[in-house]
Amino acid sequence: MEALFFNVDHGFLEGIVRGYKAGLLTQAQYNNLTQCESIEDLRTQLSSTDYGGFLANEPLPISTSTIADKATQMLVDQFNYLRGNAVEPLTKFFDYITYAYMIDNVVLLITGVVHERNTQELLERCHPLGLFETLPALCVATNVEELYRTVLIETPLAPYFRDCLSAADLDDLNIEIIRNTLYKAYLEDFHAFCQTLGESTAGVMSAILAFEADRRAINITLNSFGTELSKERRARLFPTVGRLYPAGNNTLARADDVDQIRAACEGVAEYRTFFDSSGGGGQNARAGESSAHLLGDEDGAGAGAAELEDRFFAHEVHLNRLAFLQQFSFAVFYAYVKLKEQEIRNVTWIAECIAQDARDRIHDYIPTL
Amino acid sequence: MSGTGARESVFPTRMALTNTKMRLKGAQTGHSLLAKKRDALTNRFRAILRKVDEAKRKMGRVMQLASFSLAEVSYATGDISYLVQEQAKTASFRVKARQENVSGVVIPAFEPDRVQGSDFNLTGLGRGGQQVQRSKEVYAKAVETLVELASLQTAFMILDEVIRATNRRVNAIEHVVIPRMENTIKYITSELDEMDREEFFRLKKVQGKKKRDAQAAEVQNQEKAQAATTESERRPENVDKGGVDLLSSKDEDVIF
Repeated sequence: MEALFFNVDHGFLEGIVRGYKAGLLTQAQYNNLTQCESIEDLRTQLSSTDYGGFLANEPLPISTSTIADKATQMLVDQFNYLRGNAVEPLTKFFDYITYAYMIDNVVLLITGVVHERNTQELLERCHPLGLFETLPALCVATNVEELYRTVLIETPLAPYFRDCLSAADLDDLNIEIIRNTLYKAYLEDFHAFCQTLGESTAGVMSAILAFEADRRAINITLNSFGTELSKERRARLFPTVGRLYPAGNNTLARADDVDQIRAACEGVAEYRTFFDSSGGGGQNARAGESSAHLLGDEDGAGAGAAELEDRFFAHEVHLNRLAFLQQFSFAVFYAYVKLKEQEIRNVTWIAECIAQDARDRIHDYIPTL
Repeated sequence: MSGTGARESVFPTRMALTNTKMRLKGAQTGHSLLAKKRDALTNRFRAILRKVDEAKRKMGRVMQLASFSLAEVSYATGDISYLVQEQAKTASFRVKARQENVSGVVIPAFEPDRVQGSDFNLTGLGRGGQQVQRSKEVYAKAVETLVELASLQTAFMILDEVIRATNRRVNAIEHVVIPRMENTIKYITSELDEMDREEFFRLKKVQGKKKRDAQAAEVQNQEKAQAATTESERRPENVDKGGVDLLSSKDEDVIF
């Protein structure tokens, strides 16, 4: 039934997004990009891809952040086009995609208000995908109590705030904890929503969101070593939709070092390879060594973590690519946004490597196709 | 008059000569001391120059690495600048200054002092926290290099100034003060010699006059004697009795 009527409402957009996806950079194009000698070369190479003349009107020299901004703007334009043509429940699905960025933006504004900064200039720093009509209203708030009430009323994130935090929390909790609490609530909510969207969407999205949840859980654990984040609080930040839940999460909550994280991930076959330091990212390890050599100490662990992050990215890309194998599911839209984001990151990375003349690391991007 | 160069305006006396000689000695001692100081400072200066060169090269590498690690952070987490900016409450990297003494020159030396702060170590908790920490470390190292370079540069500037001043003094003593004193000494000696010669000439003159006077007196005496002989010729009994008048004759080796 689902397949029968899917195209009536969403067939057009699915076609569009698959077209967009076909416009993602191919391996050959990446190879061309990595051969560039300068940012201008990069621009020339990019102009023959789907990016077209997106940098044509930029004054020289082009900074890498300009490239990232412009590329993000392209993604936002595409996204808004899709969103404008969507009908329920796809509209709602698109809304959910933007919530993740909204969380970042709201958190940014909260930081500004807590420190009593001029919030107007913060609006410019907000991620364009996470902008919503009432976001500027948050700037009116001058103290935390007021802000909390505004957030509760004005933003789509209200349920997450209501369920997880009180006004007092905003004041004395570390902003990162707030962010991750919200994100956990968001992931769980998104996951629940996807279950209502029919079998194929639910299936693919569960896999992606579960991975996202697990990734966050592992990262939080890894990054909270040696900080003031207590284990109980850490445990409360873990999303409950991941494949590690509940047994793995419990182990993670008690973990004290990387080995225990690895033990926690033993239960899931895909994750086991992330910690398998012998294979895979030899290039990364080498680059890490060269900097460790210069800095003298303790960077071995840092390089290992960077490698882990890269493998997470790679796996995310892999899952998102799998989403395109299914038809009649909303997951393609989510997957496209994520793939495009990764591509922007890749292009920025390559540009950064060219700008900083770090040729040996230029191949460390995660190919999206 | 000798001493064509500049000289001090002193009266050419033996006292002044002794004084000037002592001062010349003092100037020479001072010169050698200053020269020693200059050499010590120059040695130090060269060492610092070498270190500055090294530090600058190192800084280039470290800064490159640091900005690259920031690129890694933005790859993994996106823009975190505002969060970090707001959550940094106390400085975790401070610079302490102390003083170092190199041959009497006070050189400030800066020392990095790291306090392990936990200000934003939850940044990137959900994603990329490791990169943030790593970048923090790398940047701390970069700042350390900068501090090192700063203290070297300051030392470099100060030493340069001091070496110049010392050089100026050494050269002044060597090329102005000492020659002037030598000239003065030469002048005084020559003046004294001159006075000696004048004195000698004066005495010569006096002696010559005395001689002339003496001769004139002798001639007179002889004339007197002549007159007496003619008298005694008139009375011959007196001739042998009178003897020789000692004053009237002149001994060749007696000067006066």
